[in-house]
Amino acid sequence: MGIEEAKIKKHKKKRNRFIFRISILAVLVGATIFALVSNSRADNTIYRAGDQAPDFQLQQINENNEWETIQLSDFKGKGVMLNFWGTWCKPCEAEMPYMQSLYPEYEEKGIEIIAVSLDNTKLVVDRFIDKYDLTFPIPHDVTGEVRDLYKIGPIPSSIFINPEGEIETVVNGALTLDRLEGYLQEIQPK
Amino acid sequence: MKEVKCDCGHINPHGTVLCESCGKPIEGNQHIDGNDNHKLLNMRYDGTARRSQTYNKSIIDKIWSFFSSVKVGVWLIILALIASIIGTIFPQEMYIPAEAPNRDPAVFYEDQYGILGLIYYQLGFHNLYSSLWYMILIALIGVSLVICSLDRFVPLYKALRNQKPRKHKSFLSRQRLYSESDAISEEDYQLIKKNLKKNRYKIVEENGHLLAEKGRFSRWGPYVNHIGLIIILLAAILRSIPLFYMDEYVWVREGQQIVIPGTEGQYYIENKDFILETHDENDERFREAIMQEGSVPSNFQTDVVVYKAEKSIPGAKPELNAILDDSIQMNAPVKFDGYSIYQQGYQLNEFTNMTFKLHKTEDAEEEALATFTVDLTEPESQYELDNGYRVILDQYYPDYYLDDNGEPASETNFPRNPAFVFIVYPPDNTEPEVSFLGIGRNIDATGANEYKLGILDFEMHDVSGLIVKYDRSLPFFGIGAAIFMIGVIQGMYWQHRRVWLNRNENGVLMAAHTNKNWYGIKKDIEKAIQNTDIKMVEDQQELDEKG
Repeated sequence: MGIEEAKIKKHKKKRNRFIFRISILAVLVGATIFALVSNSRADNTIYRAGDQAPDFQLQQINENNEWETIQLSDFKGKGVMLNFWGTWCKPCEAEMPYMQSLYPEYEEKGIEIIAVSLDNTKLVVDRFIDKYDLTFPIPHDVTGEVRDLYKIGPIPSSIFINPEGEIETVVNGALTLDRLEGYLQEIQPK
Repeated sequence: MKEVKCDCGHINPHGTVLCESCGKPIEGNQHIDGNDNHKLLNMRYDGTARRSQTYNKSIIDKIWSFFSSVKVGVWLIILALIASIIGTIFPQEMYIPAEAPNRDPAVFYEDQYGILGLIYYQLGFHNLYSSLWYMILIALIGVSLVICSLDRFVPLYKALRNQKPRKHKSFLSRQRLYSESDAISEEDYQLIKKNLKKNRYKIVEENGHLLAEKGRFSRWGPYVNHIGLIIILLAAILRSIPLFYMDEYVWVREGQQIVIPGTEGQYYIENKDFILETHDENDERFREAIMQEGSVPSNFQTDVVVYKAEKSIPGAKPELNAILDDSIQMNAPVKFDGYSIYQQGYQLNEFTNMTFKLHKTEDAEEEALATFTVDLTEPESQYELDNGYRVILDQYYPDYYLDDNGEPASETNFPRNPAFVFIVYPPDNTEPEVSFLGIGRNIDATGANEYKLGILDFEMHDVSGLIVKYDRSLPFFGIGAAIFMIGVIQGMYWQHRRVWLNRNENGVLMAAHTNKNWYGIKKDIEKAIQNTDIKMVEDQQELDEKG
């Protein structure tokens, strides 16, 4: 075996090793990326800031408001505060007056407050509306479909959607008047 | 890269500790396996060159050699362990209690746990187990596992495949079991060979030198084991994909027919009946528990019908065909088309409807002037009664309690403890009267009501909590665990035993090596050299200890 031949053999061996290592590493890196992506996708069933807010259509039950059905996509171009609440939920009840107090002013500025009721019966919602003189639209999610769509956990939960239909902020838990106003200003059409 | 030529003429790759051919320790490389200060040779990986320890040139090789280090692997595992422990100090984001004053993690952790909580949140430990860096850490452990295994398996496999019976004296004499004898006769040699063969040793001969070997496949145990672990890791990845794993919880009320979540609207379920049975209160076995608790459940069961929905236009009512009519009991799920439904929870005694009667307050007979029924799933705001009476349902509390301010309120959305405020309008247009009614409560607002309402009857239903799930990744976990176990057994219950017998003009050198159970190999040798002139091997480790 000549020196030349040995050199070629060695070179070949080195190249094979390189190919072997790089392909094993590629497979491992590929598997890792796949795991990370599939995991983040699983999380994506929950809508987050930056996502397009999914559309829905529900019966509106507040008699102080002229909408009959609410379809989210009808409000493109306006900022939308999507609030999920129930009459039995004390923190929800606490933030309702804040929403009502800001509603007339911000409605003129191009913001709609949509408070999706998760109650089982319309009667309790009606009584609640009378108690607080609410005027913003209240769609009734009797079957819990929209709650499931947005994967709403414990209430209250509020989702602030900008005029482009993108979710700007998701707030779990009750809002103070100041924070509410701050979030509304963020989604106000320019 | 320099190659090392051994005295025997064999050319070894750089980093070799013991010559691949004759086993002679290669000068200058003995530190790698820590042989320099010991009489006995460290036989791990048979002294082959683990390339990663010696060769790094391109970036790929550098990455490779980084991960091929067992030390790195152990550190990765320790890091993952510490991180996992830290993740359990405070609740993870998804377990922030629903009744917390503020469930926003940005506020909750600092609120509840002070500065430590704030640090915890800011470092991202509140969502540790699905965080990018944690998953990358686990992935790195997987990478390290694969590369460590490959980097050791390949050279070891090659070394064991190309073994030569003839070994250098310094290799043989530095084995734990070793003896030198005077030259033996050819008959003795053949007898030893026969005996070893009888003991199921595989014999290789070369110019009168002998290598007897058995149980080599035991050396592959750890690598088989690692393949099992890698399959388990892959199965864990699969489990994070919805196609392989789904798990939903659903409450179904008796009589209700609802879509099964997680089935994309393909299946519906109807709860026919929920059954809660208890053990006989005189049952001796549960006497103490019954005394403490009052009763001991013996059965949780939901009788269900599962329907398959014919695909229809979205929004339209589906056409349902019953495919299953069965009972779900705890630990006895029903299964259909790959889905399983488990009994998981229950709520007893929700009210379906309530019937009231109206009578004069002073009427001792309580003769009904009128009756009406309130459907609690859809109460109306007013009820027109017989004889011109009218009742307005002013307030309805599905789950009545008195809140912190002493005002009536509802604790949940479900009719578990319904209470009502009725306004009764008599036909003669006299002043309306207000009554408050609930379970065990009947309060008259003024104390001077002419009419009184009473609960005449009610219907109740139970609610079943069911888990719908499929886990298609389980077979992969099973396969991985089985391979893992095969690897463990392979490495544990077999031993790789080798006996070398080298003959030269001056006599016979015999040495032996095993990866465990030195007693066993000594017995094997004793049997093999019976009735021959060869000397029994001495255990040099024992001698070492004595010295």
